[in-house]
Amino acid sequence: MTGTALAPEEILALLPQQEPFRFVDEIREISKRHIVARYTFPPDLEFYRGHFPGNPVTPGVILLECIAQVGVVALGIYLVALEGGLEAVDSRLSLFADADVDFSGVVRPGDRVTVSAKKKFFRRGKLRSEAEMRLDDGTLVCSATISGIAVPR
Amino acid sequence: MARDETFAKVMEIIGRYAKNKDALEGATDDTNILEDLKVNSARLVDVILDFEDEFDIEVADEDADAVNTVGDAVTLIEAKLG
Repeated sequence: MTGTALAPEEILALLPQQEPFRFVDEIREISKRHIVARYTFPPDLEFYRGHFPGNPVTPGVILLECIAQVGVVALGIYLVALEGGLEAVDSRLSLFADADVDFSGVVRPGDRVTVSAKKKFFRRGKLRSEAEMRLDDGTLVCSATISGIAVPR
Repeated sequence: MARDETFAKVMEIIGRYAKNKDALEGATDDTNILEDLKVNSARLVDVILDFEDEFDIEVADEDADAVNTVGDAVTLIEAKLG
Protein backbone atom coordinates (compact mmCIF):
# COMPACT_ATOMS: atom_id res chain seq x y z
CA MET A 1 0.00 0.00 0.00
CA THR A 2 1.31 3.45 -0.81
CA GLY A 3 1.11 6.37 1.52
CA THR A 4 -0.63 9.63 0.67
CA ALA A 5 0.02 13.11 2.06
CA LEU A 6 -3.53 14.43 2.44
CA ALA A 7 -4.40 18.09 1.93
CA PRO A 8 -6.26 19.93 4.74
CA GLU A 9 -9.60 19.83 2.89
CA GLU A 10 -9.23 16.08 2.30
CA ILE A 11 -8.62 15.52 6.02
CA LEU A 12 -11.74 17.55 6.86
CA ALA A 13 -13.77 15.47 4.43
CA LEU A 14 -12.56 12.27 6.14
CA LEU A 15 -13.12 13.47 9.71
CA PRO A 16 -15.87 11.14 10.99
CA GLN A 17 -17.37 13.63 13.45
CA GLN A 18 -20.26 15.51 11.88
CA GLU A 19 -22.82 18.13 12.87
CA PRO A 20 -23.83 18.66 15.63
CA PHE A 21 -20.62 17.21 16.99
CA ARG A 22 -17.99 18.63 14.64
CA PHE A 23 -15.68 21.16 16.25
CA VAL A 24 -13.21 21.89 13.45
CA ASP A 25 -13.79 24.50 10.72
CA GLU A 26 -10.43 24.87 9.06
CA ILE A 27 -7.00 23.20 9.10
CA ARG A 28 -4.36 25.89 8.67
CA GLU A 29 -1.19 23.80 8.95
CA ILE A 30 -0.47 20.08 8.82
CA SER A 31 2.71 18.02 8.83
CA LYS A 32 3.76 14.67 10.25
CA ARG A 33 4.81 16.50 13.39
CA HIS A 34 2.05 19.05 13.96
CA ILE A 35 -1.33 20.50 13.14
CA VAL A 36 -2.98 23.90 13.55
CA ALA A 37 -6.74 24.29 13.15
CA ARG A 38 -9.53 26.74 13.94
CA TYR A 39 -13.09 26.58 15.10
CA THR A 40 -15.70 29.23 15.85
CA PHE A 41 -18.30 28.23 18.43
CA PRO A 42 -21.69 29.17 16.96
CA PRO A 43 -23.78 31.08 19.53
CA ASP A 44 -26.83 28.92 18.76
CA LEU A 45 -25.27 25.64 19.98
CA GLU A 46 -27.92 23.86 22.04
CA PHE A 47 -25.85 23.32 25.19
CA TYR A 48 -25.41 27.04 25.85
CA ARG A 49 -29.05 27.16 27.02
CA GLY A 50 -28.14 25.05 30.02
CA HIS A 51 -24.43 25.78 30.49
CA PHE A 52 -25.28 28.15 32.02
CA PRO A 53 -28.70 29.87 31.89
CA GLY A 54 -28.04 33.57 31.36
CA ASN A 55 -24.29 33.03 31.39
CA PRO A 56 -23.27 30.85 28.44
CA VAL A 57 -19.81 29.26 28.73
CA THR A 58 -18.49 26.52 26.44
CA PRO A 59 -18.20 23.33 28.53
CA GLY A 60 -14.66 22.10 29.18
CA VAL A 61 -15.53 18.66 27.82
CA ILE A 62 -16.48 20.30 24.53
CA LEU A 63 -13.17 22.21 24.44
CA LEU A 64 -11.41 18.90 25.07
CA GLU A 65 -13.43 17.29 22.27
CA CYS A 66 -12.41 20.12 19.94
CA ILE A 67 -8.75 19.55 20.84
CA ALA A 68 -9.19 15.79 20.33
CA GLN A 69 -10.78 16.24 16.90
CA VAL A 70 -7.80 18.35 15.82
CA GLY A 71 -4.81 16.91 17.68
CA VAL A 72 -5.75 13.25 17.62
CA VAL A 73 -8.38 12.55 14.93
CA ALA A 74 -7.35 14.96 12.16
CA LEU A 75 -3.61 14.57 12.73
CA GLY A 76 -4.16 10.80 13.10
CA ILE A 77 -5.96 10.61 9.74
CA TYR A 78 -3.02 12.42 8.15
CA LEU A 79 -0.47 10.08 9.75
CA VAL A 80 -2.41 6.90 8.94
CA ALA A 81 -2.81 8.02 5.30
CA LEU A 82 0.89 8.82 5.13
CA GLU A 83 1.66 5.24 6.13
CA GLY A 84 -1.06 3.26 4.45
CA GLY A 85 -3.09 5.47 2.14
CA LEU A 86 -6.84 6.07 2.11
CA GLU A 87 -7.63 2.39 2.49
CA ALA A 88 -5.94 2.42 5.90
CA VAL A 89 -7.95 5.50 6.94
CA ASP A 90 -11.23 3.91 5.83
CA SER A 91 -10.64 0.72 7.79
CA ARG A 92 -10.05 2.44 11.14
CA LEU A 93 -11.86 4.51 13.67
CA SER A 94 -9.98 6.73 16.12
CA LEU A 95 -11.19 6.51 19.73
CA PHE A 96 -10.29 8.63 22.72
CA ALA A 97 -7.76 6.83 24.95
CA ASP A 98 -6.48 9.20 27.64
CA ALA A 99 -5.90 12.86 28.49
CA ASP A 100 -4.23 15.15 30.97
CA VAL A 101 -5.80 18.56 30.74
CA ASP A 102 -5.65 22.05 32.25
CA PHE A 103 -8.26 24.74 31.65
CA SER A 104 -7.11 28.31 32.08
CA GLY A 105 -9.67 30.45 30.29
CA VAL A 106 -13.27 30.72 29.18
CA VAL A 107 -14.67 30.34 25.65
CA ARG A 108 -17.87 32.31 25.06
CA PRO A 109 -20.48 31.77 22.31
CA GLY A 110 -19.11 33.18 19.04
CA ASP A 111 -15.45 32.97 20.10
CA ARG A 112 -12.97 31.61 17.60
CA VAL A 113 -10.26 29.30 18.90
CA THR A 114 -6.99 28.08 17.41
CA VAL A 115 -5.82 24.60 18.38
CA SER A 116 -2.13 23.79 17.89
CA ALA A 117 -0.94 20.24 18.50
CA LYS A 118 2.43 18.55 18.31
CA LYS A 119 2.88 14.81 17.97
CA LYS A 120 4.59 13.17 20.95
CA PHE A 121 4.46 9.67 19.49
CA PHE A 122 2.57 7.57 17.00
CA ARG A 123 3.12 3.89 17.74
CA ARG A 124 1.03 0.77 17.13
CA GLY A 125 -1.96 2.87 16.17
CA LYS A 126 -1.79 5.10 19.24
CA LEU A 127 -1.24 8.81 18.78
CA ARG A 128 -0.37 11.13 21.65
CA SER A 129 -0.24 14.88 21.11
CA GLU A 130 0.57 17.90 23.19
CA ALA A 131 -1.97 20.55 22.37
CA GLU A 132 -3.11 24.00 23.33
CA MET A 133 -6.15 26.09 22.53
CA ARG A 134 -5.98 29.87 22.32
CA LEU A 135 -8.48 32.63 21.66
CA ASP A 136 -7.82 35.16 18.86
CA ASP A 137 -6.30 37.58 21.38
CA GLY A 138 -3.74 34.92 22.32
CA THR A 139 -5.29 33.92 25.65
CA LEU A 140 -4.49 30.31 26.51
CA VAL A 141 -7.76 28.57 27.41
CA CYS A 142 -6.75 24.92 27.50
CA SER A 143 -3.60 22.82 27.33
CA ALA A 144 -3.66 19.06 27.12
CA THR A 145 -1.70 15.93 26.53
CA ILE A 146 -4.18 13.77 24.72
CA SER A 147 -4.18 10.34 23.07
CA GLY A 148 -6.34 8.31 20.76
CA ILE A 149 -6.07 4.83 19.39
CA ALA A 150 -7.09 3.65 15.95
CA VAL A 151 -9.21 0.51 16.08
CA PRO A 152 -10.70 -1.56 13.22
CA ARG A 153 -14.12 -0.19 12.25
CA MET B 1 20.82 -6.79 35.58
CA ALA B 2 19.59 -9.80 37.53
CA ARG B 3 16.25 -11.19 36.40
CA ASP B 4 14.54 -10.39 39.71
CA GLU B 5 15.73 -6.79 39.43
CA THR B 6 14.29 -6.56 35.91
CA PHE B 7 11.07 -8.16 37.18
CA ALA B 8 10.78 -5.55 39.96
CA LYS B 9 11.36 -2.67 37.53
CA VAL B 10 8.84 -4.13 35.05
CA MET B 11 6.26 -4.40 37.83
CA GLU B 12 6.92 -0.82 38.89
CA ILE B 13 6.30 0.37 35.32
CA ILE B 14 3.19 -1.78 34.78
CA GLY B 15 1.91 -0.73 38.20
CA ARG B 16 1.56 2.86 36.96
CA TYR B 17 -1.16 1.73 34.56
CA ALA B 18 -2.73 -1.23 36.38
CA LYS B 19 -6.33 -0.74 37.52
CA ASN B 20 -6.20 -3.82 39.73
CA LYS B 21 -3.65 -2.58 42.28
CA ASP B 22 -4.39 -5.53 44.59
CA ALA B 23 -3.13 -8.00 41.97
CA LEU B 24 0.26 -6.24 41.75
CA GLU B 25 1.42 -7.64 45.08
CA GLY B 26 1.25 -11.31 44.19
CA ALA B 27 2.16 -10.98 40.50
CA THR B 28 4.35 -13.70 38.97
CA ASP B 29 5.80 -14.39 35.52
CA ASP B 30 2.44 -15.92 34.57
CA THR B 31 0.37 -12.87 35.51
CA ASN B 32 -1.46 -11.56 32.44
CA ILE B 33 -0.95 -7.81 32.05
CA LEU B 34 -4.35 -7.03 30.51
CA GLU B 35 -6.57 -9.62 32.15
CA ASP B 36 -5.11 -9.99 35.64
CA LEU B 37 -3.68 -6.53 36.24
CA LYS B 38 -6.46 -4.79 34.26
CA VAL B 39 -4.19 -2.57 32.23
CA ASN B 40 -6.22 -0.79 29.51
CA SER B 41 -5.09 -2.23 26.15
CA ALA B 42 -4.43 1.30 24.83
CA ARG B 43 -2.00 1.74 27.73
CA LEU B 44 0.18 -1.15 26.55
CA VAL B 45 1.82 1.32 24.17
CA ASP B 46 2.70 3.52 27.15
CA VAL B 47 4.10 0.50 28.99
CA ILE B 48 6.33 -0.42 26.04
CA LEU B 49 7.53 3.19 25.65
CA ASP B 50 8.38 3.28 29.36
CA PHE B 51 10.35 0.02 28.93
CA GLU B 52 12.27 1.65 26.07
CA ASP B 53 13.05 4.79 28.08
CA GLU B 54 13.91 3.17 31.36
CA PHE B 55 15.90 0.17 30.10
CA ASP B 56 17.37 2.14 27.18
CA ILE B 57 16.26 -0.44 24.61
CA GLU B 58 14.19 -0.45 21.43
CA VAL B 59 11.17 -2.71 21.17
CA ALA B 60 9.87 -3.48 17.68
CA ASP B 61 6.08 -3.55 17.26
CA GLU B 62 6.17 -7.30 16.48
CA ASP B 63 8.03 -7.94 19.74
CA ALA B 64 5.56 -5.79 21.64
CA ASP B 65 2.64 -7.74 20.16
CA ALA B 66 4.02 -10.94 21.71
CA VAL B 67 3.97 -9.56 25.26
CA ASN B 68 0.99 -10.93 27.21
CA THR B 69 2.36 -11.76 30.65
CA VAL B 70 4.77 -10.09 33.03
CA GLY B 71 7.22 -12.95 32.27
CA ASP B 72 6.98 -12.22 28.52
CA ALA B 73 8.01 -8.62 29.22
CA VAL B 74 10.89 -9.59 31.51
CA THR B 75 12.20 -12.18 29.02
CA LEU B 76 11.99 -9.68 26.15
CA ILE B 77 13.85 -7.00 28.11
CA GLU B 78 16.50 -9.42 29.34
CA ALA B 79 17.10 -10.54 25.74
CA LYS B 80 17.49 -6.91 24.62
CA LEU B 81 19.85 -6.13 27.47
CA GLY B 82 21.93 -9.16 26.50
